[in-house]
This record gives sequence, structure tokens and C-alpha cells, in this order.
Amino acid sequence: MNMINEQFRHRHAAHCESGVAAALMSHHGAAISEAMAFGLSSALSFAYLPFVKLTGFPLIAYRMPPRFILRGMAKPFRTRFRFETFRDPAAGMRRLDELLAQGKVVGLQTSVFWLPYFPEDMRFHFNAHNLLVYGKQGDEYLISDPVAEEPQRCAAADLQRARFAKGVLAPKGLLYYPETVGNTEVTPDAVRKAIRKTARIMLGPIPLVGVRGMRMLAGKVARLKPDEYGLNYVGHIVRMQEEIGTGGAGFRFLYASFLQEAADIAGLPELRALAERMNEIGDGWRAFGLKAVRMIKGREAFDPALLAGMLRGQAENEAEFFRALKRAVA
Amino acid sequence: MDVDAVPQEGNRTLGGHRKALYARDADGRMVLVPSRGGEVDETVTVQAIARMNALADDARARALAGITAPLEYWMCAKRMDVPLLSQVTGIWQWRIRRHFRPEKFARLPQHILERYADALGISAGQLRQLP
Repeated sequence: MNMINEQFRHRHAAHCESGVAAALMSHHGAAISEAMAFGLSSALSFAYLPFVKLTGFPLIAYRMPPRFILRGMAKPFRTRFRFETFRDPAAGMRRLDELLAQGKVVGLQTSVFWLPYFPEDMRFHFNAHNLLVYGKQGDEYLISDPVAEEPQRCAAADLQRARFAKGVLAPKGLLYYPETVGNTEVTPDAVRKAIRKTARIMLGPIPLVGVRGMRMLAGKVARLKPDEYGLNYVGHIVRMQEEIGTGGAGFRFLYASFLQEAADIAGLPELRALAERMNEIGDGWRAFGLKAVRMIKGREAFDPALLAGMLRGQAENEAEFFRALKRAVA
Repeated sequence: MDVDAVPQEGNRTLGGHRKALYARDADGRMVLVPSRGGEVDETVTVQAIARMNALADDARARALAGITAPLEYWMCAKRMDVPLLSQVTGIWQWRIRRHFRPEKFARLPQHILERYADALGISAGQLRQLP
């Protein structure tokens, strides 16, 4: 089978899901940036889930759970995504071919571990990676993976493995595409609503989520013993913040970019100043990462209390920031 | 972060890829900047990889000494742990741990070996041996 969607344009993005959402919406006439997709779906967050373990360490996320961004596109663009999962891998691959033959660009949820074009050291068993398929040539699928600079290719057998990987967040062959797009403009109202929701999430009452989650994590870090496990623990935090496709500083820079766009769309110039503050908060996260790495490398003594203090400082700054953000869009 | 502060020293774990970061340009706008990565992200990834490799090396040494089965080595080498391998194969964790015992492993029926091999992306023949 040979099938290429010529209209589709690959775009490089920081994060897989916001990249996929932006590319899909743009392909369907609602030209938006990655930052807009991320902000409009209120995807910025913080969560510390000690009971969910990833290779022995707790889940620490700087954003809302998988599929939140895709679902967040529904209201602002009056669109409906069709999500399909499959019990039988062969049926899942057939359906993908069928949709490609109809000229659709199809989103997939995959495991990172089984994608051969990923760098060896980046291949972990993480099952919620999003990518787009825009064609097929012979046995190879043409893939627009937002976190890669250039379009990629992937053999059918490898793609099948990646789509039907098992474990936490198993994709079950999930594929998706928008059925209709009712609105192609971002409205000021949608922007305000999205910002209000983010402020609500970040300042919410659940102790593991938002600013309170940061304080909880700070408490945990303060109790770490100065040993190998402790160093691995802080390394894990920094990895979630910098390495796992966040655009730097756990999505804080990406959100600053959104706030700048939002200032123009919603006609709220004060959001420009707030974007600048978000940028500074991002710098604070990077300073935390740098400090942690200096300790991991042994250039400084491992001082859990110091790192915990930095995390508490970040929590204070973000608490103040989101209160100001809430006032700005009230 | 300013555009000129975006790390470009290189990060060997990226395998030549560049990842997208957002930073402030000269006009104060946040823009996407492809980054070659830097020390911070490299260090934490290398740390995570080293931790997993150490587990695999340890399992290999124990398998050579006859204390554990090659299955444990392959599980670690494929960056899995017992809970994950259990989820992927549908075999209970306590059974997997039992199968780590060389004498149990040697008597595993072919279909169980196939299930492990399939989950790990290798052949049943490879699973029986250390590389």
C-alpha cells in the first residue's frame, strides 16, 4: 500500500500530546500553536503520586494525565474526537490502513520502548506516547512524531508492538482522529475559561495535586537519607521535569508562551507580565535541577534539606502566581 | 530562560536528536528552540540508565553463578521489573519470582517460555541463555 497525505505538515514540538493536538487541529483548519493547545486544554499541573511506582520511584508529573489535552480540544473547537481501541492487534492495524486509505491523519498512543527510531537511551517502558501517522509506503508507516525534528518511518511489525504494549496505561492499540471541527478560531472566552481552570487545579484542595503536591514532595525530599537511593530519587524528579518532553522546567516555559498568546487573544495585557513571571518560575525549576545535578555529580555535598527548601520556594512562588492569574481573568 | 541560555553542549543520550525547548528571544517572545541538550538532562538520564544496567549486570553475574535463571537477566536487560513483567505476561509476580530459580526455570514448559520471550521481544532460545 502506498498512501501519503500531502497536505499534512510535520511540526517539531516539546511535548508529544500537545504537539499531536496542535498538528491535528491545524491540519483540520484550526491553526494553533503547541502552546495554545497546551494552555487551552488547561494541561499545566503538578502531581506527586507516591502510590504509583515507575521502576521503583513515585509518579511525579508536571501536567494533567494522558488524553487530557486531546479531550480539552473538544469544547473550544466544537470538535469530537473518535477514540478506538482494539482487542486484536491485526484488526487494529487493518483499521489504521483503512483510515489512511481514506486520507485521514491518525493519532496513535504507543509505548516508547518499541519504537526503533527512538534513541536507545530514551527507550523506557512508557506507554502514553502520542504520534501521528500520515501515510504508508510499502511496509513502512510515515510517522510524524512531534518530539522528533523530522518525520520518521516505522516498520509495521514494530509499530504494532508499540501500539499493543501492555502494562501501566496500556494503549490497547488506541487510535484517534477528529470527526468534525465546528469552530476554527480561538475565542477570548475559551482562553479565560482555560486559565481559570488551571488556577483552580493548581490551588485546589487535594494534597497531592498542584501547589500542595509540591509541598508534599518537598516534605518527602527533606526526609531522604543522604545515600544512593536519595540521589536517584532527586535525579528522578529532575528527569520528569527536564527530560520527559516538557519544553524545559516541567512545561513552565511552554505555559509562559501560551500566556503571551492568550494576552493578545483575550485582550488582557496583564497576562504579558504574568507570562514573564511564569518564565522566572521556570528559571527557578531549572536552578533546582542544576543544584540537584551538582549533588549527583558529587561537586557539592548531597543536602536534601536544601533541595526541599528550593521546592518549597517554588511552591510559594507558584501559589502567589496562580492567585494573581486568577485575579487577572476573574 | 533566554534563547542563548538553551543548553547546546550536547547530550549523548539523545543520540544526535534535538529536543524542543521554549525560551525568550530578543523581543521578549517565548519561542521554540531546538536543543542539543546539556549536562542537567544528560546526568539524570545516564543515572537512570546506569541504575538499570547495574541491575542487569548483577542478575547476569548471579545467573552465571547458578543462583538465578537467565529470565531475571533478560527482564532487567529489557528495562522491566517484576510488576511490569507480570502485567505484560499475565503471570503472577510470585510465579515469576519462582521461575527465577534455576531448577524451576529449567523445567518450564515451552508455552510459558514463549510467553516470557514474547513479552521481552526475544526468542525462546535466547531466553534460555545469557548473551
